[in-house]
Amino acid sequence: MISGSRTLAVFMKELVQMRRDRLTFAIMILIPIIQLTLFGFAINTDPRHLATAVELKDEGPLTRSLLAALKQSSYFDIEHIVSTDEEGEALLRTGKVSFFIVVPQNFERDFVRGDRPQILFSADASDPVAAAGGLGAANEIARTAFAADLPRLRPKLAGAPPPYDIVVHKEYNPAGVTAFNIVPGLLGVILTMTLTMITAIALVRELERGTIEALLSTPVRSVEVMIGKTTPYIFVGAVQAAIIMITGRFLFGIPFAGAPVALIAGITVFVFTNLMLGYLISTVAKTQMQAMQMTFFVFLPSILLSGFMFPFHAMPGWAQAIGECLPVTHFLRIVREVMLKGAGLSDIAGDLWPMGVIFFVIASAALRRFRRTLD
Amino acid sequence: MSSQEFVIDVRGLTKRFGDKTVVDHFDLAVPKGTIYGFLGPNGSGKTTTIRMVCGLLKPDAGEGTCLGFDVLTQSREIKTNVGYMTQRFSLYEDLSIAENLEFIARLYQLPKRRRRVREALADLGLSERARQLAGTLSGGWKQRLALAACMIHSPSLLLLDEPTAGVDPKARRDFWDTIRRFADDGVTTLVSTHYMDEAVQCDRIAYIAYGKKLLDAPTKDIPAQVGLSGYSIYADDLSEAQRRLKGAPGVDVLARFGAFMHACGRDKPALSRAVDRVRGLPGAVVKEIEPGLEEAFIYLMAGVEDNFNGASA
Repeated sequence: MISGSRTLAVFMKELVQMRRDRLTFAIMILIPIIQLTLFGFAINTDPRHLATAVELKDEGPLTRSLLAALKQSSYFDIEHIVSTDEEGEALLRTGKVSFFIVVPQNFERDFVRGDRPQILFSADASDPVAAAGGLGAANEIARTAFAADLPRLRPKLAGAPPPYDIVVHKEYNPAGVTAFNIVPGLLGVILTMTLTMITAIALVRELERGTIEALLSTPVRSVEVMIGKTTPYIFVGAVQAAIIMITGRFLFGIPFAGAPVALIAGITVFVFTNLMLGYLISTVAKTQMQAMQMTFFVFLPSILLSGFMFPFHAMPGWAQAIGECLPVTHFLRIVREVMLKGAGLSDIAGDLWPMGVIFFVIASAALRRFRRTLD
Repeated sequence: MSSQEFVIDVRGLTKRFGDKTVVDHFDLAVPKGTIYGFLGPNGSGKTTTIRMVCGLLKPDAGEGTCLGFDVLTQSREIKTNVGYMTQRFSLYEDLSIAENLEFIARLYQLPKRRRRVREALADLGLSERARQLAGTLSGGWKQRLALAACMIHSPSLLLLDEPTAGVDPKARRDFWDTIRRFADDGVTTLVSTHYMDEAVQCDRIAYIAYGKKLLDAPTKDIPAQVGLSGYSIYADDLSEAQRRLKGAPGVDVLARFGAFMHACGRDKPALSRAVDRVRGLPGAVVKEIEPGLEEAFIYLMAGVEDNFNGASA
């Protein structure tokens, strides 16, 4: 039987201790602001091997040349061949691919006729860094692709404008503002770092100060300690999220296209999961130092493999597999989908439930680890 | 006697940490309402035994009951009914006195919590300091707070692990008056200590060393059990007498009692020969005495080196 009053007891105690520990509290508020300004202005990369969907409405030798050149360029990994526009756009919206390329009907015929058919390059520019490389290379790729065939098909056209047109669509972040991608990502990274760290020391601190002995000599249950100790920090998470959102809005002008309820749902599950992750660390670590080290052990892949630093689909398979196990990976997708792509609650379900699973796995592991004796 | 009359009744308790046996087949029977003293040098296994009794450590072997609950399987029931005061102050230094008591009271789900806390504060004379942070209290006040916290749920058994370490003599006396008052109300107390003046307060004493119980008897029977003979010595130059007796064969205990020197040992003929060394000193008066509790404790405490050294030797 879980006792509400005992859980409340631990909760109230943590709340008072949190209030007394002003420095930690100040750091929790300052970290988001500092990180935001540093990362928001600093990060840039040139990613390759991004997942790409193509729709081929014309399948002649020219199209094949184009496909070959796309692969050759190393910017595009063609993972999906789709047959309708809707299919490709859906892949782009859910972040499964970063590019969607459409070769129009009768491309080869129009090419030969000189009707300048349009090849459409749509890019998910919510991560402008990921999009920029591929889009920048698009014209050059097309030129190389058709270079061999051009003299044969359009001999008189040497020196004239090319007999085709590359149309580039930057979806979701047309201006390609890096901050639009970084700032929502930072929401995930900052919450991971601070919340995991703060609960990582929750039990260890009691161990180091010797207070665990008095705590364990009472009839308190492990689940009561767990809930009581983590819940106060939900408020901290909420405050941090609010700070980042407000700063993002006014400092960087980040748009908010989707449903607030979807974002709130995402943040809630994510905050719970991180608090639990920290608590799990706390049941393993023997000292606060160890707890910190373990937090960073979690923190590094969270930055590197989650799609925050480098485009997720540009990573090798094993790295993506690790990334899928990190709560922040799913959270980043949710935030970007909601804020930049206008997603609603049903759109993010696919990333919400994996986070829920991660939460339950971590929470049960933490409960099993927690010892009610001093052994 | 049936086991019902024992508040603590354990047999063969054993605890190992790694390959080191800290408590070795320990038996203990504590009758209701007694103050039971737990004596022994550092590292002798006192704390470990107390923790096993109250369910904070799982014994590797042994069995028994505490307050009628099985020490192996019913640690929650035991925890609910026992007041355990840890050796080191283990309440929250960043909480106030009242907040600490509130916290503990909530964990025990006490009805009329606020009143209980107020009463506990008043009982221990802490009312005026209720809002002071526990971390800013002196040793004596911390100890009062710890006692108040482990008494707040009115347990019928108190386990006190070196409760007066680092507390001044006045506070220690007050503390023992309180314990005695609890005992009169029927509360059983198991208390570990190094201090002789505390040991004499106990009704019964168990002496433990190297994780084994060497002695277990009513306090008044201890001197007879230890079996010391003794001499009281007076000399004009007592320091010279001390030098001559120190380390002499047969002299197990050598301690000043006011203006006199007491020399005691278990081997009476050897002791007698040793004492002959001081008879010739100026002003020497040598008188045979019946050694008391204090001499017995000095003998016991001196007999075993600190256990950590002893075990590695």
